[in-house]
Amino acid sequence: MSETHRLAKTALALLLAVAVLGLVPGTGLQAGAAKKLEIFSWWTAGGEADGLKAMFEVYKKLFPGVEIINATVAGGAGTDAKAVLKTRMLGGNPPDSFQVHGGAELVDTWVKTGFMESLAPLYKSEGWLNAFPKDLVDIVSHQGEQYSVPVNVHRGNVLWFNKKIFDDNKLKAPATWDEFFKVAETLKGKGVTPLSLGDKNKWEAAHLFEDILAAALGAEGYRGLWTGKTSWEGDGVKRALDTFARILNYVNRDHAAFVWDQAAQMLIDRKAAMNVMGDWAAGYFTAKGWKPNVDYGFAPAPGTAGLFVVVTDTFGLPKKAPNREQALAWLKVAGSKAGQEAFNPLKGSICGRTDCDPKKFDVYLQSSAVDFTKNALLPSEVHGSAAPEGFATLFNDILNLFVTNKDVKAAQRALQKACVDNKMCK
Amino acid sequence: MRIRRDRALSALILLPSVVAVGVFVYGFIGWTAYVAMSNWNSFVPDLSFSGLRNFADLFQTPRFQIDMRNTLVFTLAFLAGCLGIGLLLAVLLDRQIRGEAFFRNAFLFPMSISFIVGGTVWQWLLNPSTGVNLLLESAGLGALKSPWYTEPRIAIYAVVIAALWQMSGFTMAMYLAGLRGISDELREAARVDGASDLQLYRHVIIPLLHPITLSAAIVLGHISLKIFDLVFAMTGSGPAFSTDVPGIFMFETTFRGNRFAEGATISIIMLVMVAVVIIPYLAYSSRTEAEA
Repeated sequence: MSETHRLAKTALALLLAVAVLGLVPGTGLQAGAAKKLEIFSWWTAGGEADGLKAMFEVYKKLFPGVEIINATVAGGAGTDAKAVLKTRMLGGNPPDSFQVHGGAELVDTWVKTGFMESLAPLYKSEGWLNAFPKDLVDIVSHQGEQYSVPVNVHRGNVLWFNKKIFDDNKLKAPATWDEFFKVAETLKGKGVTPLSLGDKNKWEAAHLFEDILAAALGAEGYRGLWTGKTSWEGDGVKRALDTFARILNYVNRDHAAFVWDQAAQMLIDRKAAMNVMGDWAAGYFTAKGWKPNVDYGFAPAPGTAGLFVVVTDTFGLPKKAPNREQALAWLKVAGSKAGQEAFNPLKGSICGRTDCDPKKFDVYLQSSAVDFTKNALLPSEVHGSAAPEGFATLFNDILNLFVTNKDVKAAQRALQKACVDNKMCK
Repeated sequence: MRIRRDRALSALILLPSVVAVGVFVYGFIGWTAYVAMSNWNSFVPDLSFSGLRNFADLFQTPRFQIDMRNTLVFTLAFLAGCLGIGLLLAVLLDRQIRGEAFFRNAFLFPMSISFIVGGTVWQWLLNPSTGVNLLLESAGLGALKSPWYTEPRIAIYAVVIAALWQMSGFTMAMYLAGLRGISDELREAARVDGASDLQLYRHVIIPLLHPITLSAAIVLGHISLKIFDLVFAMTGSGPAFSTDVPGIFMFETTFRGNRFAEGATISIIMLVMVAVVIIPYLAYSSRTEAEA
């Protein structure tokens, strides 16, 4: 009795000593640390937060003595964070650097409105024009100047399938939507839901349709949608909508009750055979103990072999950044091989750079990285890269209606109108 | 002399709150109305005058048309349900049953839960593959299973069920207070005249509860016209916007789509809808107060 008592007392004393010792240098440092760096993102949980921390560690090793303020706002896809960021930017109180999807979200919201500093000199001095693929650099550029640094790349157009169901039925991943319908019929005959969908938050249905659009139009036609070269009222979009309407006969009927990760879970539970989602789904499978090529298989979404729909998180430099020097150092880390190799394996994405060590990544990400260097890179609409946010919300709304009423003509008209209203087409 | 000094003092004390309300309520209403009549539909502020064009555009937007229809259906079903269930519960509890306090609290408790929590719980309960449907199936009532909020035609009623669960206790409490205020002499007089129970309620008690019905309808009506959190947590916009309401549309178009003028326009329309309900009531109650 008294033995344990004494032990407890000693332990307590030790703890106190550690706390006091810890405090003294702590306070000393704080007084000395005048240098600060505030990084704004919506990476608050799981592998994303771990990845961000790993990148902070790389920064701290290179630039000791800088206090990093990790300003995060929770919420998937950053919808809430973006609202907070807008308020801060308009109020003249920007962070030193912030997370932003490359493409329209960066260019239309922040660059054209004059909030961002050009990073062209940094790209030159760091040799990034050769380190990143040209298509990716284009996504973060406006009038020939670069405005942000892509730290990672997710692929949007991936078909995931339950390997066991496919093997049991001797099926192969469908390469086109026509093949998909054949596979889907077989599965339906066996009483398996062919494709899982969870579109409670609307964007999930739009995400599936974006991949169908790419399949129907090809790289050039798809890129033309955002510049007015491809008409929303043309045959290509009509074909895509027809296909989409047909696909909807093969999805789970209660799709409106679920979100994307629940749709991925349906594969694990053997409630559905296939799912089309970005490769953050691979992160979900990994978290559930599912292994690539063992439990689940992957392939480009039907009809999109050779195409790579890019979702990229980037960091930029606001003009009024309070700690510009530290922010520039941060961007150098974010664009460096060491920084990206620290971040991406944890986040479950591939590097924006093409020279990362494949051994650090799993089978799926390795194959994605190979495709990334070979394929045509397309901007994602749903994830903010292809079109202004005003168009993106309308796009989601139009498809949410279409999923139920399947009115192709009305959808085409509405899409064209949205395109004109957002000054993408004439 | 003293009265005048008292008046000056009370005016002085009231001044800060008058100024605060003037700026933060009426000032911001005015600002919202101003934005609603501007061209600010991208990220960069553009306050040039556009007249009522935003309003005309909005009423032609399919999503907004659906929203207005949803608001109407939701409000009618929610009001009727809350008043009906509340009255029924109050009448039953008024019969001096045992454990009245327990039941009263049990029915009132859902109101103390926030709409966000209630919405999340009902999202699971009315999910087609979990919750209520599982209960029905295990009770051998599989035929009664419903797709609930995943079926566009009935989705809004699934939300009504959640709202009724949450707010019926409130009308019950109000009616119960009203019933306790009706003197036994009136009931006895009606009985002496040979009124049956049904007649007693229909011709004596319910008419006497009229002011309570009105106040409850006003309180519930303005909640229902502005409803956001319950729907947002439970179903979001729903399939084909079958559970979309103006509040959700306003939130998405403003803070996700950067269409500030459109968002302000929706806000003003919501304000007008609530005002149509509230202002006659305020006029009515201030008149009756003056009479009393």
